[in-house]
Amino acid sequence: MVVKPNKKKFEGVARELIALRIANDLQDGSYVNLGIGIPTLVSNWIEGRDIVLQAEIGMLNTGPLAEGDNIDQDCINASCQPVTELPGCCYFSDCESFAMIRGGYMDVAVLGALQVSEKGDLAGWNNPDRGFPEHVGNIGGSMDLATGAKKVIAAMEHVTTKGDYKIVKKCTYPVTAVGVVKLIVTDLAVLEVTDKGLVLKEVAPGLTAEDVQSVTEPKLIISPDLKEMAL
Amino acid sequence: MDKVFASIDEAVKDIPDGASIAIGGFFTAGTPVELIQALARQGAKNLTIICQQMGPGNEDVTKLVEQGQVKKAIVNYPFYRSASRGANSPFEIAVRAGKIEVEVFPMGTFIEKMRAAGAGIAGFYTPTGVGTVVERGKEKKVFNGRPYLLEIALKPDYAFIHAWKGDRFGNCMYRKTAQNYNPEMGKAARITIAQVEKVVEAGELDPDKVHMPGVYVQRVVEVGRRTYKPGID
Repeated sequence: MVVKPNKKKFEGVARELIALRIANDLQDGSYVNLGIGIPTLVSNWIEGRDIVLQAEIGMLNTGPLAEGDNIDQDCINASCQPVTELPGCCYFSDCESFAMIRGGYMDVAVLGALQVSEKGDLAGWNNPDRGFPEHVGNIGGSMDLATGAKKVIAAMEHVTTKGDYKIVKKCTYPVTAVGVVKLIVTDLAVLEVTDKGLVLKEVAPGLTAEDVQSVTEPKLIISPDLKEMAL
Repeated sequence: MDKVFASIDEAVKDIPDGASIAIGGFFTAGTPVELIQALARQGAKNLTIICQQMGPGNEDVTKLVEQGQVKKAIVNYPFYRSASRGANSPFEIAVRAGKIEVEVFPMGTFIEKMRAAGAGIAGFYTPTGVGTVVERGKEKKVFNGRPYLLEIALKPDYAFIHAWKGDRFGNCMYRKTAQNYNPEMGKAARITIAQVEKVVEAGELDPDKVHMPGVYVQRVVEVGRRTYKPGID
């Protein structure tokens, strides 16, 4: 099922810098939910900024990871990591947390992805390689977040470890939500999802638009303002 | 009125074979471990277990799986994230062998199904899952130009919940993110058993800070405060 690879392997930016690029995109005064994986790293870059992080387990104003004596076993994020409280923190039930999410109160959800299509379909909850029936997998909060957030940013590696496309014409993996991704930030590029197709806005240092196109299945629209990734 | 049970084994004694049981807890936080362990000792079979996950951060449910007590799991994040870690877990092995039926819902839908049951609502329309495998077999209806799926309320026979403090009327307070699924599961079930870290005298809980009005709780049992290390894997 997987579309076959591109031979060339490009040196992109580190996962921490994917997270930094996303942090730069977040507006002050916004409510943000960070998914598992690369998205979690975004929290390292927003310290001191006027951004409120929601933890879907039931917490607003989630602070940095807790260490040592700061660890409270009853205070964790959705990745089961102990976290700290920031001033203005509050707790609530998981049900209330998802009322906020579906209700449209999250300005941004940053989510990891196995595949993103040129129409902004997101596939991230179920890797069929694990061999379960198609409807059985770890959905967690991903579908509600992808559906409910005002803006969905996909944070991902540009290709799989085997070099297969992850940015595809049509998702071959089970989708999380249809047509929701607005911005894709990878180790190689920044892409905007538009009605006309994927617009290549930025490339990682040292790469060209042709390089990025060669590891991207759909035909890219090159932005007239194409520039190096803003880090 | 006094809902306090002297022993945890007494509190789960009447659970029959074939019961459905909602179990609170989000990974390690707010998980009613002592009640799960009591259920393993009690031995009821053909159970439907309704909880977030069947293993990661909730190792005690594994015992129920190993003892063949579980017929079906209704979950939102059932498996270990790591495929290699999961491959050896008794739950994944049982699912692959077709010994346990699994029903997966998106997290928000999963808990809203129980909120609805507790509030006397038969079902609700949610935008979550439209265009995905989740919509299979479900009614789809368009409101204001947007499609929604009909999801049906889920009313468990029992709920196991964990709270910080409780009194003999069943009033409970949760602590921080250990609240998670516990309130709605406790409100949904026919019989809710609250394990609390401390049973306090009636009147000791600040009435303005009671998270869980006692009317929803049928049994209370004190388990003390267990310390554990948060984390999965």
